[in-house]
Amino acid sequence: MSRSGSHSHRVRRWCLIAAVVAVWVQQVEGVWPLPQQLHQSADRDCLSPQRFSFTYGRDSAAQTGCSVLDAAFKRYFSIIFPDFTTLSENVLQYMWSEPQPFVVSVSVKTRGCDGYPDEDSDESYMLSVSEGQAVLRSVSVWGALRGLESLSQLVYQDDYGTYFINKTEIVDFPRFAFRGLLLDTSRHYLPLYAILKTLDAMAYSKLNVFHWHIVDDPSFPYQSRTFPDLSNKGAFHPFTHIYTQSDVIRVIEHARMRGIRVVPEFDSPGHTQSWGKGQPGLLTPCYKGSVPSGSFGPVDPTVDTTYKFMESLLKEVKFVFPDSYVHLGGDEVSFACWQSNPNVRKFMEKMGFGKDFTKLESFYMESIMNMTAALNKTSIVWQDVFDYHERIPQDTVLEIWKGAKYQTELSRMTQAGHRVLLSAPWYINHISYGQDWRNSYAVQPQNFSGTDEQKKLVIGGEVAMWGEYVDATNLSPRLWPRACAAAERLWSNEEKTLNADLAFPRLKEFRCELLRRGIQAEPLFVGHCRHEYDGLHMLLHAVKVSRTL
Amino acid sequence: LTRCGSAYPLPRLDLTLTGAMYCLLKLAPLFLAVAVCNGWLFGDFVGKQKEQDEISLWPLPQKFQSSAVAFKLSPASFQIVHAKQSSAGPSCGLLENAFRRYELHSPLFTFEPIHRDKTQTFCSLCVDELSIDEPSAVLKAANVWGALRGLETFSQLVYEDYYGVNNINKTDISDFPRFAHRGILLDSSRHFLPLKVILANLEAMAMNKFNVFHWHIVDDQSFPYMSRTFPELSQKGAYHPFTHVYTPSDVKMVIEFARMRGIRVIPEFDTPGHTESWGNGQLDLLTPCYSGSSPSGTFGPVNPILNSSYDFMTQFFKEISTVFPDAYIHLGGDEVDFRCWESNPDIQKFMAQQGFGTDYSKLESFYIQRLLDIVAATKKGYMVWQEVFDNGVKLKDDTVVEVWMGNKMEEELQNVTRAGFTTILSAPWYLDYISYGQDWQHYYKVEPLSFPGTDAQKKLVIGGEACLWGEYVDATNLTPRLWPRASAVAERLWSDKSVTDVGNAYNRLVQHRCRMVKRGIPAEPLFVGHCRQEYKGL
Repeated sequence: MSRSGSHSHRVRRWCLIAAVVAVWVQQVEGVWPLPQQLHQSADRDCLSPQRFSFTYGRDSAAQTGCSVLDAAFKRYFSIIFPDFTTLSENVLQYMWSEPQPFVVSVSVKTRGCDGYPDEDSDESYMLSVSEGQAVLRSVSVWGALRGLESLSQLVYQDDYGTYFINKTEIVDFPRFAFRGLLLDTSRHYLPLYAILKTLDAMAYSKLNVFHWHIVDDPSFPYQSRTFPDLSNKGAFHPFTHIYTQSDVIRVIEHARMRGIRVVPEFDSPGHTQSWGKGQPGLLTPCYKGSVPSGSFGPVDPTVDTTYKFMESLLKEVKFVFPDSYVHLGGDEVSFACWQSNPNVRKFMEKMGFGKDFTKLESFYMESIMNMTAALNKTSIVWQDVFDYHERIPQDTVLEIWKGAKYQTELSRMTQAGHRVLLSAPWYINHISYGQDWRNSYAVQPQNFSGTDEQKKLVIGGEVAMWGEYVDATNLSPRLWPRACAAAERLWSNEEKTLNADLAFPRLKEFRCELLRRGIQAEPLFVGHCRHEYDGLHMLLHAVKVSRTL
Repeated sequence: LTRCGSAYPLPRLDLTLTGAMYCLLKLAPLFLAVAVCNGWLFGDFVGKQKEQDEISLWPLPQKFQSSAVAFKLSPASFQIVHAKQSSAGPSCGLLENAFRRYELHSPLFTFEPIHRDKTQTFCSLCVDELSIDEPSAVLKAANVWGALRGLETFSQLVYEDYYGVNNINKTDISDFPRFAHRGILLDSSRHFLPLKVILANLEAMAMNKFNVFHWHIVDDQSFPYMSRTFPELSQKGAYHPFTHVYTPSDVKMVIEFARMRGIRVIPEFDTPGHTESWGNGQLDLLTPCYSGSSPSGTFGPVNPILNSSYDFMTQFFKEISTVFPDAYIHLGGDEVDFRCWESNPDIQKFMAQQGFGTDYSKLESFYIQRLLDIVAATKKGYMVWQEVFDNGVKLKDDTVVEVWMGNKMEEELQNVTRAGFTTILSAPWYLDYISYGQDWQHYYKVEPLSFPGTDAQKKLVIGGEACLWGEYVDATNLTPRLWPRASAVAERLWSDKSVTDVGNAYNRLVQHRCRMVKRGIPAEPLFVGHCRQEYKGL
């Protein structure tokens, strides 16, 4: 990327006046995440919202009527010109000159406007901004979305409100195909608006997978059509704290419009306490001595009904969630309850597992993974499954979450030929004082001992925001801009983005841009944004009261 | 004392709820509600127990007695009125305003008072059954500030049963704060805090019975306070001269909003360090630093050797003393970096002249003493950070010393109180330091008087402050970061010393945080779980 520090701009005549009064105005720091190739010159154009337009290129496979791009044009117009609706006609820049048109022409090679983004979606694009026009070319509509996002970040305003864009050439593509963010809607329920807002911010950061850890021990908010009792009895509240089928559809569609995949996680056999409330007989009864203690453990892997239930549930999941991946969990299974149960012990004996309960867990997971494969879905499982049982279906994706020695784990898994996702260094629910985004930024996902072939098996990573201490009150400021660090690591060229100090001003600017777009992103350090966050809901009330003073 | 009028909460006034009665409120649910209530009274006892769990007072009152007898409250007949014998009446704007606020907070407070009831009973705060067909509550307080605390407590006694009906149990409470100074520090210099955010947090403070807003309004990074006398301070020292400033009317609004909730506003104008932003709008105020024998172009603390510095301070604090009605001003005095002073030849000369040798803390003392005289002349009391005491500056007897350094905190409390100074503790409550997990428990477990010392010394600890410094905090994350973590400090400073059961506190605090969420404050969760009404966001 080259950026000129000079303020001697070659400007078109109609732009001159505004440019002269605004020569000291800083340009954009850049684009977040950093494009693979970015060349900018000091030449710039004024943009007039009245004469700005998006259009489909003549050779584009998609034309008007393409749902994804039509909606994106509408969205990005307001993002690029946030004060358009409040702007008066006779603002400064038009007093001296006639506004000139600026046309963004978008061409895609393949149509696919009604499909879903998936693992093999091509997100590359080329963007060329020159006098009066920008040309955006991509293979798929998903690539066009990424390009529109970059374009929107190139536009900036001077102190007088005039919009500018510099002459720019971008060639861009993601380093990793899988760039995920995990939200946990079980430990705390997240209202729909909080999820949708997160999807918006993900698109701004070019994250493309929403890993929906939708159920867990504390609650089961997913309203199943096959097993409605799961949420009736397992949610925090059967009506206010659930995701209905239409809620789920809304999330998936909102995500699709932004080129984001929705991968649901139905974690079993552990982390299933809430399942047991609506599905009697599913969980293992724990024993105290020779009698049931009344408490329950993991899913009972010894009875057929369990597998029938799981098959029905997974069939529904396949039907509801269009993505080709489904996350099956498999982490942190406690063996104490299984050990206590005489039926489980008998089963162990029958199967010849001895006293090795990891074999029992593997037995269960293998069945579930086979079920998933039979439904033509790719399974993702947490690393525990691999750690216990190296012989798992080859196309299973393994996710690393344990912090210590994740490099060793990367080596072992890829050596076994598995595709891998890295989230261990990006558990950003863990907070600390100071600029911890720098730790996320310093991660090098392919820096482990292994062949080039092995490195290619790292298909991406995930930022995880587990829900122990997070709900709608603090989710956004905890996620953003901290998640942006991983977003850049997963998208951009590592060589060009290793220096966090160089990234700092760009991230700072991007954080202000997030605020401008209504994302409650917390500050990186002391300083200010031109448009501060001003959206405290409560103060509708306080201000109302204060007016009565 | 005025009956209500336009007085401001005074440093120690709301200590007592006994004595002269200024205000008496009646809360009268209707006859109909009682009829409904009869069926309930003899109903399922287990259910009743469960509902009782939902009464979660925070901070815990000093004396609290509640029975299982519950009354249903009907919105149609609920009212808050001035008792006949109250010194305050409908002309008391502060209480009228509070009545309306507590109408807003809870579904039960949703209508205008219709008539004034004459029934009366006397106790400190009791929700009592006066007669079967006319339950009512009587709140008695020495002054309006106590009445505000009582109203908050009353609102926390109301709970919803399974049918969504508001209930209140027969209850007797008499309450008073353990410490008079219960503060929150917000830093509007490192990040500008929009007015709305400050007001929201004053609201949350009132819910937690905090009574001092320590406004760390300016610092190195920016000077958002718009001064009438020196408008250039904010014009050149704020992040932005129009959008990132507090105008005189903004400041007035904060003060009035706080007053309505019984909260004092103590502004801090920290000098001689932490003043970089002052220098932008006030030339020659700061010390020019030298690199070798020539000025380096950078500036250090306030220049203590120029008369112009003191002239400026005289005029400036004259303004501050009229803008802020509280009896105290915080003068800062922390973290003065001596390197710039050391580098400056004029200062070196002055040091020699004064016989200070190379002890720059003497120069600091020299400055602070003159500043204290200037502020004393405005008839204000002052607070300072502990360094001022540590450096041996001669202080007036009524100076309040704020202890903020975490190491040797007990020793410091001992020293400060042994020297006879009033003190405020904030060292264990720097809430800007965050970590994973339930750190509120650490704040809760602090015992401010655990240092060795005489009873007289302990009495000099008048309270504490939870500080949320602004390096990493702005409008986006301030409120969830502050609440409910600061609530732990609130209870420590209000409730009896013996209230230390973390498990019990957890259960109440979970409910209290849901109550804050319900009232529109985005208070973050303590741990896994849910609130009946989750935060609705924008």
